Amino acid sequence: MNGFVHSFESLGTLDGPGVRCVVFLQGCPLRCIYCHNPDTWDRTKGISFSAEEVVRRVSRYRPYFGETGGITISGGEPLLQAEFVTDIFRLCRESGIHTVLDTSGHGADLSSLIPLLKETDLVLLDIKMTTEQDYAKKIGGSLQKTMDFLSLLERQKMPVWIRQVVVPGITDSRENLIRLASLLNGKKCVQKVEFLPFRKLCQEKYDRMGLPFPLDRVPETTDAFCKEYANRFYELLSANQKSG
Amino acid sequence: MDHKNWLGFAGEDWKEHINVRSFIQNNYTPYTGDESFLSGPTERTRKLFSKFEALLRQEQKKGGVLDVDTEHVSSLTSYQPAYLDKELELIVGYQTEKPLTRGVNPFGGIRMARSACEAYGYKLSEKVEQEFTYRTTHNDGVYRVYSDEMRKARKCGVITGLPDAYGRGRIIGDYRRVALYGIDRLIDEKKKDKADIAFGVMDADAIRQSEELFQQIAFLQKLKEMASMYGYDISEPAANAREAVQWLYFGYLGAIKEQNGAAMSLGRVSTFLDIYFTRDMERGLLNEAGVQELVDDFIMKLRAARHLRTPEYNELFGGDPMWITESIGGVGENGKPLVTKSSFRFLHTLYNLGTAPEPNLTILWSEKLPEAFKRYCARVSVETDAVQYENDDLMRPIYGDDYAIACCVSAMKIGKQMQFFGARCNLPKLLLLALNGGRDQLTGIQLGPQMEPYAGETLDFEAVRGRWRIYLEWLCKLYVNTMNVIHYMHDKYAYEKTQMALHDTNVERFMAFGVAGLSVLADSFSAIRYADVKVVRDEHGLIEGFETTGEFPKYGNDDDRVDQIAKTALEEVFSQLKRNPTYRGAMHTLSVLTITSNVVYGKKTGATPDGRVSGQPFAPGANPMHNREQNGALASLNSVAKMPYEVCRDGISNTFSITPDTLGKTIEEQVSNLVGILDGYFAQRAHHINVNVLNKQKLLEAYENPQKYPNLTIRVSGYAVNFHRLSKEQQKEVISRTFHQAM
Repeated sequence: MNGFVHSFESLGTLDGPGVRCVVFLQGCPLRCIYCHNPDTWDRTKGISFSAEEVVRRVSRYRPYFGETGGITISGGEPLLQAEFVTDIFRLCRESGIHTVLDTSGHGADLSSLIPLLKETDLVLLDIKMTTEQDYAKKIGGSLQKTMDFLSLLERQKMPVWIRQVVVPGITDSRENLIRLASLLNGKKCVQKVEFLPFRKLCQEKYDRMGLPFPLDRVPETTDAFCKEYANRFYELLSANQKSG
Repeated sequence: MDHKNWLGFAGEDWKEHINVRSFIQNNYTPYTGDESFLSGPTERTRKLFSKFEALLRQEQKKGGVLDVDTEHVSSLTSYQPAYLDKELELIVGYQTEKPLTRGVNPFGGIRMARSACEAYGYKLSEKVEQEFTYRTTHNDGVYRVYSDEMRKARKCGVITGLPDAYGRGRIIGDYRRVALYGIDRLIDEKKKDKADIAFGVMDADAIRQSEELFQQIAFLQKLKEMASMYGYDISEPAANAREAVQWLYFGYLGAIKEQNGAAMSLGRVSTFLDIYFTRDMERGLLNEAGVQELVDDFIMKLRAARHLRTPEYNELFGGDPMWITESIGGVGENGKPLVTKSSFRFLHTLYNLGTAPEPNLTILWSEKLPEAFKRYCARVSVETDAVQYENDDLMRPIYGDDYAIACCVSAMKIGKQMQFFGARCNLPKLLLLALNGGRDQLTGIQLGPQMEPYAGETLDFEAVRGRWRIYLEWLCKLYVNTMNVIHYMHDKYAYEKTQMALHDTNVERFMAFGVAGLSVLADSFSAIRYADVKVVRDEHGLIEGFETTGEFPKYGNDDDRVDQIAKTALEEVFSQLKRNPTYRGAMHTLSVLTITSNVVYGKKTGATPDGRVSGQPFAPGANPMHNREQNGALASLNSVAKMPYEVCRDGISNTFSITPDTLGKTIEEQVSNLVGILDGYFAQRAHHINVNVLNKQKLLEAYENPQKYPNLTIRVSGYAVNFHRLSKEQQKEVISRTFHQAM
């Protein structure tokens, strides 16, 4: 089947293990205030590709994948085009390409996602906010939906990397960490938690689109802070495990 | 034949015949471990290096040239010995009477030598001027024969950078022979060869060869004299590791005293020397720190090599390079890696002595290299930006396992092959000449077949291709003829006696042609074919610009529609060159390499159909044009990897810049990912890559505040430079390049 693609990044090293070709799909149900890719929001603006065409392009980078790399499908929100992603992943799997899904857990009914998860090797699940209130106000979605998806992944024994963007004044507090740790409590499928620094390279895109960037006055997060934040998170997590 | 200094070395063949490869294969110790065995600098090294650094700072303060010796003509024995610190130096020898002082070498051309002196506020002495009043230089010879058309082609810049006023370089003496055999044995062999020639027919070739052998023998004698001035007798083979390094370095030093060739490469010495290091370690004469000390000292000497150049020369070859290229790694014909502990030790000098552009450390990459060595190389790239990579799996089937890289990307069997260096022709300029019927719109010069300018409003692909073929055929003939003149005269008036004495007598010769502006040409043809290109004319009816509307595929996006155009252009150039016979039966080769001349070539070229404005720099080498890549770094690598090495045997250069963040989150990830990228790129039969891992921001800061990053080393086209030694124009071009960055 055909789907809508925003673009290809032939060298992705930040979205999953090893060297990866990242396919950005068009269309997103969320409107995160820190969104890095506002040009992927509108589903009608993508370029139509067949799953075969996508895989043909991705296969061009196979020599670089080595033993750990592969394809990552990101967005936008890939779950809006779950069947298209399923087709791509199936074809990738057939030729031995490792498949990673980068998602927020929004955009599809959980029950419809089983076939996709069967073709997926790893899920990068973005827990954007840790309270329902923030999730509704700053993201335009529901934390519960993300957590339901995580429960599904847990049941399916799907390897998961949790991700969160650390935005100064929004997701950089100790309370946020405590809530995140408790959300992940007992989830065996979670292999890794990554904290990504908030960046403003996207400002240019907003300007070009004539949109205001809601966080244009917020400073970028330093790598050092992210690292420290991650350390504190793992301390909390191990304290939780000891007590729990 | 045996020698006491060979005690402990295995194999017989190399004793009977000059055969360094056989010596290496019989004696080297492969190493598959990691870098943990390496030693830091010793106290002695630190002391000597701080003296050297002080001198480098003085040189930089004086605008890049510390001093010029205008009294002597540079040669092997024309200067008294020089030392930085006689007590501390383990390896001795400088080019002139003081470290970093530049000698004058007028054999290429007296005018060039004179103007180089003047450019730095010196005046060539009366003595030297007098001496060369009665001498014919290489440059004199060339201009006696150059036709009007050759002069015009040179002047308008469709062929430029030709070695007609400076040493051609790109010849690698097998300096290892000095250490392994000693000079006396080498002289004996040359005498035998000379006697053999006399048995045959004495035709012009035989007579020339015989005279060259006479000169080779004379310069081997001079090499001995030069060494004896430093208190060493190099008649016999080196007896230990320190002597091996010293003998080998004397060979190289003699070559750079005699010749100011553009690229004076070293060869492939680290695994050869490793055999001597290992023997001395086994004998208990050296420990790891002692071995590293010898390597560090040797590298310090190489970093002190200098030639006197003119500002015009620096436009083509920016940053004062010598291309002391040392090829490291690779795999033997038997499949065994040629990596030894000394492969690591040479790279480790970038830490012991800090990062620097010379020697030009070049990794011969193979998928079969030991994993730990791959990772170490990648780490060195991430941390220093000082190394380049070339595809051993691609070159080994052609050159065997004892070849080296001359200059940036030119492979040759050491001591068995040499090349006649030929700069490059300007392909986009040729396209404009073809459109304007042989009239250069910028200078008004008319050359080549004379035709009416292209008549239509809109460029038609087939019609333009037809014109292109006519002018390409013309240019290739002119190019080969011009090169023949240059190299005939270079052999006659500036023959490389020391370097050729360290070759077999019967060498194979390449004639190395080159192209500049490949991506501009490919994108221009693509625009003509897939978009709408209207011509804009000046008052004489000549085309001076283009209005291009619509989308067209651009080289660097792994799009076959345009990548194929680039590939075809190279095949066409090569087949046209091959139709014209070369001087001394040299084999035609072709490179896609610009050094820093992409800036000045761009300056001499009007607007092109791809949207490039008049005067804008080309992309370097085989790089896609800046900021035209839309699918990320690997797509760009894939496009370059399609360029055919079979027709570009003199090398295909690609300079790749990536920000550290884009390569991975941690240094360990960055190293793993870079190894993956190199493996993937070379598996597709790509030839070469320079790797820079840095932020554009850092370059901008260095541009504004040079003192902030005084030792900033970056890779340009096939070599490394200190960023501050580039002209401001060259710096700006480097900054404007694509830095692959994650969005």
